[in-house]
Amino acid sequence: MRVSRGATLSLRAVALLYLGLLLVLPVAVVFGRTFEHGLGAAWSWVTTPAAISALWLTIIIAAIAVPLNTVFGVGCALVLVRSRARGRALLDGLIDLPFAVSPVIVGLALLLVYGQAGWFGNWFVDHGIRIVYAVPGMVLATIFVSLPFVVREVAPVLIEVGEDQEQAAATLGASSWQTFWRVTLPSIRWGVAYGVVLTTARALGEIGAVLVVSSNVAGSTLTLPLLVYQRDSQLGAGQISGAYAAATELALMSLIVLLGMTVLAPRRSK
Amino acid sequence: MSVIVLIPLAAVAAKAFSQGLGSFWDSVNNPVARNALAITLGASLLVAAVGAVMGTLVAWVLVRDEFPGKRILNGLIDLPFALPTIVAGLTLLALWGPDSPFGVQLAYTRAAVVVALLFVTLPFVVRSVQPVLIELDQEVEEAAASLGASNAVTFRRVVLPALRPAIVSGAALAFARSIGEIGALLLVVGKIQIASIVIFADIESDAPQAAAALSVVLLAISLVVLLLLRWWGARNAR
Repeated sequence: MRVSRGATLSLRAVALLYLGLLLVLPVAVVFGRTFEHGLGAAWSWVTTPAAISALWLTIIIAAIAVPLNTVFGVGCALVLVRSRARGRALLDGLIDLPFAVSPVIVGLALLLVYGQAGWFGNWFVDHGIRIVYAVPGMVLATIFVSLPFVVREVAPVLIEVGEDQEQAAATLGASSWQTFWRVTLPSIRWGVAYGVVLTTARALGEIGAVLVVSSNVAGSTLTLPLLVYQRDSQLGAGQISGAYAAATELALMSLIVLLGMTVLAPRRSK
Repeated sequence: MSVIVLIPLAAVAAKAFSQGLGSFWDSVNNPVARNALAITLGASLLVAAVGAVMGTLVAWVLVRDEFPGKRILNGLIDLPFALPTIVAGLTLLALWGPDSPFGVQLAYTRAAVVVALLFVTLPFVVRSVQPVLIELDQEVEEAAASLGASNAVTFRRVVLPALRPAIVSGAALAFARSIGEIGALLLVVGKIQIASIVIFADIESDAPQAAAALSVVLLAISLVVLLLLRWWGARNAR
């Protein structure tokens, strides 16, 4: 289709204006607000004890949830694509479920199962284990919401690379473990990496589900996104500057994730 | 899988009906819940529609146009997936909130809800249309043009039918995401009763049965959307 110069330019202008107003300008304003009282003020907001502990908690939760979801995701993708086990179609349908469930509902669900009046709540209380309103519940919530990413990235790659090389390895006497490490894993590595990046992004930024199962106490069960929320809701005394500072910190983390996405996306499709 | 996903969801369903069908119906069919569902569905439909049009336009510009900085722009499209949703909400508050640099206050209105949802769902349509547009055979468009079709006719009769499955699936995903979104809305929603916010308020005020009942309705809606999408995709693939 040969589009006239004028039409091309106006389409471009509309697209740039839309993205500028929707994406670029808002993010730029937050950066601006963060540093409006100088770098020092912003730095002091992200180095308060509450902010440092929130940063650590965010990283720890991601550090638990991402590896677990990666192993689970690769395993699940192998079952979905390579095995002929019964219930495969059911699993295929269930995998996407976490994307269809609102994060608040995830939080509610965990509350109803592991909370005090919940199904398994009593058992855990009897054994002195706190799940809900504590870090374990927040980890569970994060695992739930970021579960499908790795499977969804790895399964299509597995289908595309096919079984020929794996079968060749098997005929040459490799055990299935060796085949996995030497043949399968190297051929799906970019898909796995991209899935891990998406999982990490979601794990770092999750708030809806975590909000419900966290006790929201600064210093112990506050992640960075929760800290942003809390600082914004406590009006007055310049708390909003603290919210902006913590948001910029999170935005910088997600910028790294975004760079990872941009670098990995083309390799994945090769 | 079942421990983490299925058992908790079963607990929600069980809680919703724990006091019988009648109280489930009462929790769903009252002014607050009906209003919340209406706002949520309306906003999500609007977001899906606007997102479908603007997403297709952006994808078109990214594929068919050439200009400096296009690659950076292309990378930026993924920003809403990378950026924590609470930060997305705060950015909108900074721009359209009480301290808006333009003096335009959208925050705490329904418009802010729609803008926040457009932000978080932007990549869905763009990223599903883009690859199809790249693969699209331009010779067919040239053939249409050489047979005397105007650009408008070529787009409507040749390009759009090829893009339709991608647009619909992107818009449906955006819709499903909008129905359940909470993170980006927490800060800008004000007193507007979005379904996910009502559920959260019910949980906080220790009314788990009401929260669960509304959750079941939301779950049912997004499941139906995803199932329809899957069925429609399978039919198109044939």
